[in-house]
Amino acid sequence: MTLLENFWVLVALKALVIAAVVPLTALVLGYAELKISAHMQSRIGPYFAGGRWGWAQLIADGLKFFQKEDIIPDRADKAVFKMAPALVLMSTVALFVVIPFSPSLRVRDLDLGIFYVLAISSVSTIGVLMAGWSSGNKYSLMGGLRAAGQLIAYELPLVLAVVGAVIQAGTMSLNGIVEAQAAWGIPFVIPQFLGFVIFLIAVLAELTRIPFDMPIAESELVMGYVTEYSGFRFLFFFLAEYANMFAMSAIAATVFLGGYWAPGLSDAQLQYLGPIILVAKVFLLVFLFIWFRWTFPRLREDQLQSFAWKWLVPLSVLNIIATGIFKVVF
Amino acid sequence: MAILPGAGLLKGMKVTLKTLFTRPVTVNYPKVKEIPVPRARGVIALDQDACTVCMLCARSCPDWCIYIEGHKEEKQPDKPGGRVRVRATLDRFDIDYALCMYCGICVEVCPFDALFWTPEYEYSEGAMGDLMHDMDRLQDWLATVPEPPAVES
Amino acid sequence: MVIDHDQVRHLSEVAVSVELETPEMTLNIGPQHPSTHGVLRLVATVDGERVFDVKPVIGYMHRGYEKLAEVRTYPQITALINRIDWVSGYANEIPFIVAAERLMEIEVPERAQYIRLILTEMARIASHLVFNASYPLELGAATPLFFALRERERVLDLIEGVTGGRFHPNFNRIGGVKPNAGGGPTQRKVSQDLPKGFFEETRAAMERVLSVCDELEDLVAGNEIILARTKGIGVLPVEVGAAYGVSGPNLRASGVPFDLRRIESYLPYDRFDFDVVTAQNGDCWDRWWVRLEEIRQAARIVIQAIDGIPSGPLQAKVPRVIKVPQGEVYVRAENPKGEMGYHLISEGGQGPYRLKIRSASYSNISILPHILEGVLVPDIIAIMGSLDFVLGDVDR
Repeated sequence: MTLLENFWVLVALKALVIAAVVPLTALVLGYAELKISAHMQSRIGPYFAGGRWGWAQLIADGLKFFQKEDIIPDRADKAVFKMAPALVLMSTVALFVVIPFSPSLRVRDLDLGIFYVLAISSVSTIGVLMAGWSSGNKYSLMGGLRAAGQLIAYELPLVLAVVGAVIQAGTMSLNGIVEAQAAWGIPFVIPQFLGFVIFLIAVLAELTRIPFDMPIAESELVMGYVTEYSGFRFLFFFLAEYANMFAMSAIAATVFLGGYWAPGLSDAQLQYLGPIILVAKVFLLVFLFIWFRWTFPRLREDQLQSFAWKWLVPLSVLNIIATGIFKVVF
Repeated sequence: MAILPGAGLLKGMKVTLKTLFTRPVTVNYPKVKEIPVPRARGVIALDQDACTVCMLCARSCPDWCIYIEGHKEEKQPDKPGGRVRVRATLDRFDIDYALCMYCGICVEVCPFDALFWTPEYEYSEGAMGDLMHDMDRLQDWLATVPEPPAVES
Repeated sequence: MVIDHDQVRHLSEVAVSVELETPEMTLNIGPQHPSTHGVLRLVATVDGERVFDVKPVIGYMHRGYEKLAEVRTYPQITALINRIDWVSGYANEIPFIVAAERLMEIEVPERAQYIRLILTEMARIASHLVFNASYPLELGAATPLFFALRERERVLDLIEGVTGGRFHPNFNRIGGVKPNAGGGPTQRKVSQDLPKGFFEETRAAMERVLSVCDELEDLVAGNEIILARTKGIGVLPVEVGAAYGVSGPNLRASGVPFDLRRIESYLPYDRFDFDVVTAQNGDCWDRWWVRLEEIRQAARIVIQAIDGIPSGPLQAKVPRVIKVPQGEVYVRAENPKGEMGYHLISEGGQGPYRLKIRSASYSNISILPHILEGVLVPDIIAIMGSLDFVLGDVDR
């Protein structure tokens, strides 16, 4: 007991858990994407690795990446090139810190939780920009710049969409938001539907997934900023992409879908069932993302910008105004 | 056309969702094998006994991937007083499948029905040189020649 | 320190009036690039995402077929020209074979003509399915590709069932179609007529093709993102298209009902009822849509042809060693990509003296520098993809 109460032991333990959870979520989501996309296209997808249904496909892939040579292009800015994937992964890992899996299962409940999330999530774009710039490749550079442009366009709707929920909850702590939904009895997705939709669209753009995957656009920029990466540095990007998808879905689930809370369950039950409920909600959102990705084409960069500035920003401002009036009147 | 913005997107999502719950059409190759049609041009089989070393196939091949060598053999008559027959015998009949473009002209020009198509396709090799099939290997393929399909008329 | 206000004003004015200069960048698209359909290389001068100037560089896939044809016999050339536009290999054979037949003045039996027509239309379906599926892929949607390839495989299976080859059928012979070939260890050579069950399978396959057309329409045609990416992009005016020799669906999308199936008589198309599909605007979207409709029309022709196919011989009487009499002929045909023609000059030998191949893709991509001026980088891909070219057809 005394050992667990030691601050440093606790920190080390938490760090270890997060370090294990991040690759795990990436593996599970990556596998889900492979399998679901295959079946959406009348294919079977991974089949042989690991025996049944190819469950070990991504583990094999990961091992393959570790074996590969770590190629650094001659014209690359070496220090920046090496640092970029780590930065991207780091910002993703940092997101997991505030996600509440149950009333008490979390690394840290920050008072400014949601603010922290939005701030940290944009750090990964700096990593992307670094990767694109340092690769010494014109395609990568264009990919990096597109990512930066996209971030600026979509960070604003992302923040504004959350503001509605924050106003309604009266707190920025993620636990507080969940508790507010529990107290209210319905998740915020119902009163904040517009906010939820804008948040999802902005998250898609933030994650650079189709229909907003211009920074990596395979048919145009040949994977954009990751073109020059190989081996475990590429693996870092891969892990970050899927872990980020999990983290952002978890945030969306927490803010709009009630997080670990489900109606009709007591606090004690939520302690144990909370993580399962949250993960189920996350998977619902992730399925939606995968579904979008394998159905839609991608937009053009200028169309994306005009969509963000002409539609999403005004709509989210309207949403805030409506929420504010609602909050004051009732 | 679209009543709602995004109606077209939803229609597309319906299609992919429907496909998600239908059976995949692909098969897992080494475990499940699709049977090629009888006329499929997989590999060429050689009937050594029918070949008369006339070289028509080697000459008509567009990329000259057939190598034939032969010699004349005198066959003594079975009964005394009979004629001595001269018969051409194959020494070498190689097809280089690294060069072959599977046009089938050799099979068509063969006047003695010594060459046949078979739909077998599993003869890939690690080294390009191993794709040179000698006459014994080509003879082995003969067992896999399928019955020709019935035709419409 | 005394502040010189004039100086400050001057500096601020200068700072405002001088625009930030960005140097132009040369972007090499290809020869290895996922969206150049092989080995086309585009040297684009770009400023950010805006394209000023595009120079297509071709020849990475030059295989010298025109020269090869001079040292090959006629049956050997048939096998070679399958490889020109490999997406619709069968359709390539027809104009060449017809050219040789015209010089030899051979009357091809009806049944052979019908088989040629059915397989040509099947090749058209296969080619257009590849286009209609891979075009959304270039815009980022991967799924339509698999849907269309799924049904194309049925069509290719049918072609393989008849000819023995999926991509390179090599089924036409001067005077008809392949008469007979090795029939198995126990038999003499057997006729290569349509295999039993071909008609029912074709009907089923055409139904599937039509249903995948509907599926593609649901998945792609109504999709707002696709519309935003393709409507009004890469407009090809009729005069420009005609001046560059653009043909086929690319020209029809601009509103010209130019279809060699209606004009020429290389195959008995005049007996069938089909529409020449045209669109008005000539943008990327119209080019996609025209090809989708052409699949439906081709399926219509195939169904009519298998209903009306006469019985009879597959081959006219031809000498065993084919020698084409002296003469010169140009035969053109409506291939999936556009007008494909062979200018055949014979001096009476076993092979042609000269064979000039006019391929559709070569003329179709010659408009790239014109049509790509001033577009954005993503639009390069969108426009290039919509022209539906195959590099083997460009370089030959």
